[in-house]
Order: sequence, then structure tokens, then C-alpha cells
Amino acid sequence: MRERDEEWTDLMRSAISGDSAAYHRLLKAVAPVLRAAARRGLARAGQPVDQSEDIVQDILLAVHLKRHTWDANAPFAPWLFAIARNKLIDALRRRGRRVFVNIDDFAETIPSEPAAETVPASEVAAQLQSLPARQRDVVQSIAVDSASIKDTAAKFAMSEGAVRVALHRGLASLTARLREQ
Amino acid sequence: METDRLIRALAADNAHRSPPVGFVLTLALLAAAPVSMAIFFAELGVRPDVMTAMRNPFFDLKFLVTLALAISAIAVSLHLSRPETSLHGWAWLLLIPAGLLVAGIAGEMMMPARLPMMTRLVGSNSRVCLMAIPLMSLPLLAASLIGLRQGAPTRPAIAGAIAGLLSAGLAATLYASHCTDDSPLFVAVWYTIATALVSAIGALAGSRVLRF
Repeated sequence: MRERDEEWTDLMRSAISGDSAAYHRLLKAVAPVLRAAARRGLARAGQPVDQSEDIVQDILLAVHLKRHTWDANAPFAPWLFAIARNKLIDALRRRGRRVFVNIDDFAETIPSEPAAETVPASEVAAQLQSLPARQRDVVQSIAVDSASIKDTAAKFAMSEGAVRVALHRGLASLTARLREQ
Repeated sequence: METDRLIRALAADNAHRSPPVGFVLTLALLAAAPVSMAIFFAELGVRPDVMTAMRNPFFDLKFLVTLALAISAIAVSLHLSRPETSLHGWAWLLLIPAGLLVAGIAGEMMMPARLPMMTRLVGSNSRVCLMAIPLMSLPLLAASLIGLRQGAPTRPAIAGAIAGLLSAGLAATLYASHCTDDSPLFVAVWYTIATALVSAIGALAGSRVLRF
């Protein structure tokens, strides 16, 4: 666990200093841990565990948009688990359950790969459709069609700067819509 | 959408940098301060005998207390804007203004009383105080909440209450230069009630707008 935490902290430091590949690796590494914790939280609240993927995505969006509140001199895991716990509690509340989520649920979690019985996450995809066209197109091009920023710019005859702005705004409004729903 | 795809979009947005909470909070407060000052100069103004008043240590103490409140609340709210933090180990900062006030009350007790205690406590401006401090706080409270929205407070109501203390501290600093009641007893009663009111508004607003 300690080794894992140090690796995450190093990756996040690299990410903050501009290394997008490190950021990608970090998010891939934390997702299974978040998934396992979400499943455990759902199970404890008596909810079907196959809805964990929506919660994982909700957490990842919050991590992304709030990463400037992480202190680069502090370990990354406690920050991550605080965000995750907050989002998990919110998600369970939205489903009408009041539950106590322990921070250790995350710290001691064994990663869980996407299980066969997991329902594909639908909330982000649904909210994506309600975004302004430009933001939706850009997010879709980069996420779903795995196009680069450069290719996306060429495809929609936009500048790369405009693509970056649309991408960030799209992700921010997705998060806002998920919160308001 | 598959999570791997979302992760790809997030990684592509890695270049985006959000400004730190402290920076946004500072800008928002600087923008709101003129509004509160406009209310102050339009409705209240500095008391006419301010030059003589400044020689009274109890007049000066008011500013010490209100600024101590504002500064400690700013420190606590910046701390709480990080998700993994709690009030634990930081709440004592908020006791500094209270301690100053208690010391002031004790000091005044030891001096020969010019006026009976109840007269000093009730004062002559309590109603203005109860209206002016919350009113001048509101623009600053809105600014504080905008600043803290940039953060990730996991206890939004508590963070909102601290934002209330912060804005009440700043508004009370303005108000103190108008008010002719300098007794620490007056400050302890009426400023405190006004501050508690603003803090309650902050908690209520915070629980709505500071969720992330």
C-alpha cells in the first residue's frame, strides 16, 4: 500500500508539472480502487453494486476539476480518498440512502477490475448529450473517437486553443450537471 | 461512456490549470470591498471624533478583535478548502479574537468605571450595529463563497459558516470606526450577535453553493 501511495504521489507530481501520460497512468491506476470502494459502499447501502461505474466516473471528474487543491508536498492518496468519499456519500444520498462511509473503505481496498455484471455507466453519457453542441462534439471526439486535440481541431476547423477551452468547459459543465441532477 | 474513454478526455485536459483558491478568494474580496465601503460611507461614515477616539485603547481594541477574526477565518477557510482537512487543530485560531475580547473586558473591569456596566453593555448603537454589520457583510460573504467554490470543502456548511465569520470580521472592522460604543462589553454582545447571524447565513448558503 505504501509503495502504491508513493507511486501515485509521484505520478500526480509529474502530472501537475505537465506530463499528461503520467496523469493518464495515474487515473488508470486509481480507477479500479475507486470501483472496488464504490461497490462496497453500494453493497453496504443495500443498493445494486452494478451501478458502481457511474460513481467511479463522478469521482474521476471531481478529481480532475479539483486537482489544484492538492498540495504537492502532501501524499496523494488521502486527498484522493477524501474526494472519493465525498462523492460516494453524495451518490448514495441521491439514491435515497444515508450511510456512513469510512475512509478506510478506500485505503484498504483491493482493486477491482470491471466485472462482467457491471452496468455500463450511463449518467455521463446522458449528460453529454445535453451539453452545447461544440463542447459535446469536442468531448466526444477526444473520449469516444480517441482523436488527439490536434486532429479534433482539424476535424471541426477550430484552433487547438479553442478545442482545449471547449474540452475543459465541457468537462466542467458535465460535472455541474451530474451534481444538479 | 466507458471509464477508460472518460480518462482519456481528462488526460487530454491536463494542460488546463485552475487558479489556486487563495488567489480567487483575494480577487473576489477585493472586488466586493468597494461595495461594502460604499454602503459604509453612504449610510454611516467615520465617527466625527475619531482623532480623539484613537487615543482610547478600547477603541483600538475593537479593530484588533475584528481583524483577528477576519484573518484567522481566512486562514481556516483556506485550510478547509482542501478536501482531506478538518477543523481539527485549526479551530483554536478562531479563539484568538475571543481571547482578545475577554482580555479587554478584564482590563476594563480593572479600571475605574465611568459608566455603569449595563450602560456600557447596552450602549447607544446596538440596533445600528445589528443591521450594519450583516448588511456590509453580505457582499463580502458572496465574494468569500465565490472564492471557496474554487476549492473542494467536504463540509460545505462549516466552510460557509467560516466564510460568514470572515466577512463579518471585515464588515465589523469598517463598522468599528463609526460606532461610538468602545466598551469591550458592547463588542462582546452586539458584534457577536451580528457575527453569529452572518455566520448562520454563510452556513446555509455554503451547504448549497460549496458542494462540488
